[in-house]
Amino acid sequence: MHLEPSEQQSMIRNMVREFSEQQLGPKAEHTDKTKEFPQDIITSMAGLGLLGITIPTEYGGAGLDTITYSLVIEELSRRCASTGAITNVHNALVCYPVSKYGTDNQKKKYLSELATGTILGAFAATEAHAGSDLSHIQTTAKKTKDGYTLNGTKTFVTNGPQAGLILTLAKTDEDSFSIFLLAPHMKGITVGEQNEKLGLNGAHICSIQLKDVNVSEEQLLGEEGKGLAIALDAINLGRIGIAAQCVGIADQALEESITYSQERVQFNRPLSSFQAIQNKLADMETHLQAARQLTYSAAYQHDKGADIKKAAAAAKLFASSMCVEAALDAVQIHGGYGYTKEYIVERLYRDSKLTEIYEGTSDMQRLTIAKELLK
Amino acid sequence: MNIIVCAKQVVDVSEIKIDSDNKPRITGIPKKISDFDKNALEEALKIKEKNGGTITILTVGTADAKEKIKELLAMGADKAVLVTTDHPDQSTTPHLLKAAIEHIGEYDLIICGEASIDQFSGQTGPYLAGLLNISQLTYAIKTEATEQHIICHRDLGDETLIEQSSYPTLITVTKEINQPRLPNIMAIMASANKPIEEIQAEELKADVCGTLSQTDLSGVKAQRKNIVYQDDIENAVETIVEELDKQGVFS
Repeated sequence: MHLEPSEQQSMIRNMVREFSEQQLGPKAEHTDKTKEFPQDIITSMAGLGLLGITIPTEYGGAGLDTITYSLVIEELSRRCASTGAITNVHNALVCYPVSKYGTDNQKKKYLSELATGTILGAFAATEAHAGSDLSHIQTTAKKTKDGYTLNGTKTFVTNGPQAGLILTLAKTDEDSFSIFLLAPHMKGITVGEQNEKLGLNGAHICSIQLKDVNVSEEQLLGEEGKGLAIALDAINLGRIGIAAQCVGIADQALEESITYSQERVQFNRPLSSFQAIQNKLADMETHLQAARQLTYSAAYQHDKGADIKKAAAAAKLFASSMCVEAALDAVQIHGGYGYTKEYIVERLYRDSKLTEIYEGTSDMQRLTIAKELLK
Repeated sequence: MNIIVCAKQVVDVSEIKIDSDNKPRITGIPKKISDFDKNALEEALKIKEKNGGTITILTVGTADAKEKIKELLAMGADKAVLVTTDHPDQSTTPHLLKAAIEHIGEYDLIICGEASIDQFSGQTGPYLAGLLNISQLTYAIKTEATEQHIICHRDLGDETLIEQSSYPTLITVTKEINQPRLPNIMAIMASANKPIEEIQAEELKADVCGTLSQTDLSGVKAQRKNIVYQDDIENAVETIVEELDKQGVFS
């Protein structure tokens, strides 16, 4: 059992860390405050090859493994969780399923543009009355002479306002779902207003309305009727990405807490000399390392081609709860200052919460794990 | 164009902590490539992009420097030569570099950082140029290179001196000259196949000077003046502002 990263993985991690510290860190507060999409950062990331990490090299991607992928998301999120979210949705929920299930034509058409960041990817599945209960979606794709016609409204589409390719889950028949490759300029598609959120302000979400959107067979991804399976496969990788995002957020929370506790003096001693604070730091560190190992282990299983439903759910479940707690502890350690915007920990707390919700709430993760245990 | 970039592995000085007995703790500190050497490589890459050629990284150091050299190969250098020695120092290193360069063979341009971030002697580049008996242009903040010559804008503090040299020549660069690029993922992957030749220092049979020895390394104690201004607030503020102005804090 080999638990060290390879030389290449270390080099890639170090490069992304340097990029994050130089570019993401200084801009994260601005992104959070202005809620602007960090386009210049995304453009730089494209140049570094970070938008096509798992896309095969023949389509301009890096063709890399899931462990390297999770290291990248972790390092990005360690300075800007919004950037981690944008990148994870693009890579895991769009690049990955197109690479795996796309026809040669579809791969040629989309993958190199996704890898170079010419187009950003988004995934439209959730609806107003179908979140955890994805099979309850009402968006339909009726078969026509030339292909399909889609009708419905999707909500909470991350990267929706910027996306050039939107993977959309629709009902092709009773209890039968398919995924379609849509572009925002298609007739009948209306990209809605952004939702204002608690955190992850750089990652934009919106609703997308589909009114008589006509597509050809060429826009069907994978087999008709296999949409839910494709979506869940992508979401499993996305969950590993979110677990990695959580590790990044918690890493920064711990780093900030250590620094502050060594600087802040009360009762003539630095906070770090008090056992109450030391206990918090020790717990943060231990839980962070545990989450890290769960994440890398799930990534390793994914690379071996194993069924990762349980591992991915466990990694996301544990890591998300860990990072919310780490962010809360960071605010607590910072005391009154932690509650102000003078320090970044309040943003970490706001950013962290969504990790317990998106791509399957923690409650759904538990159902998944139990189901796997009991089958 | 054949370019040699001299690079040194150093401890990350920003991680050094001073002990209670005023001694810096240097063991167990992570290592890195000296910052200005990355500026040197970035300049070499720009010159290569314009004129073509090859870039060889040349390092004198301990064997573990290989890992850091790979980062430079990932940035875009073509190959590397590592002269391994357990005790590199300022007076020995230029001789080893000279011998290694003679082993490498042909070159047009040698680029060094103005100094290394650990000991900051700033001697290695000029010392090496002297040993090789070639011209040197130091403290370059800008270069313009062609197949025939290189023009350097040299930072002399209050002035910039623009000088030109034909090849072979050695230049040293400051951190203002450029912003070193981050290697993209593909470049990192490609760097695994780029060769690093390792030569033991003893094999080179260089003249070894060994005149320098370090007598002490201590932390710097901040001298505090401990002057207290006790006038009423307005007068005190005025006095303090005057005093700070006299010290040149505002200029």
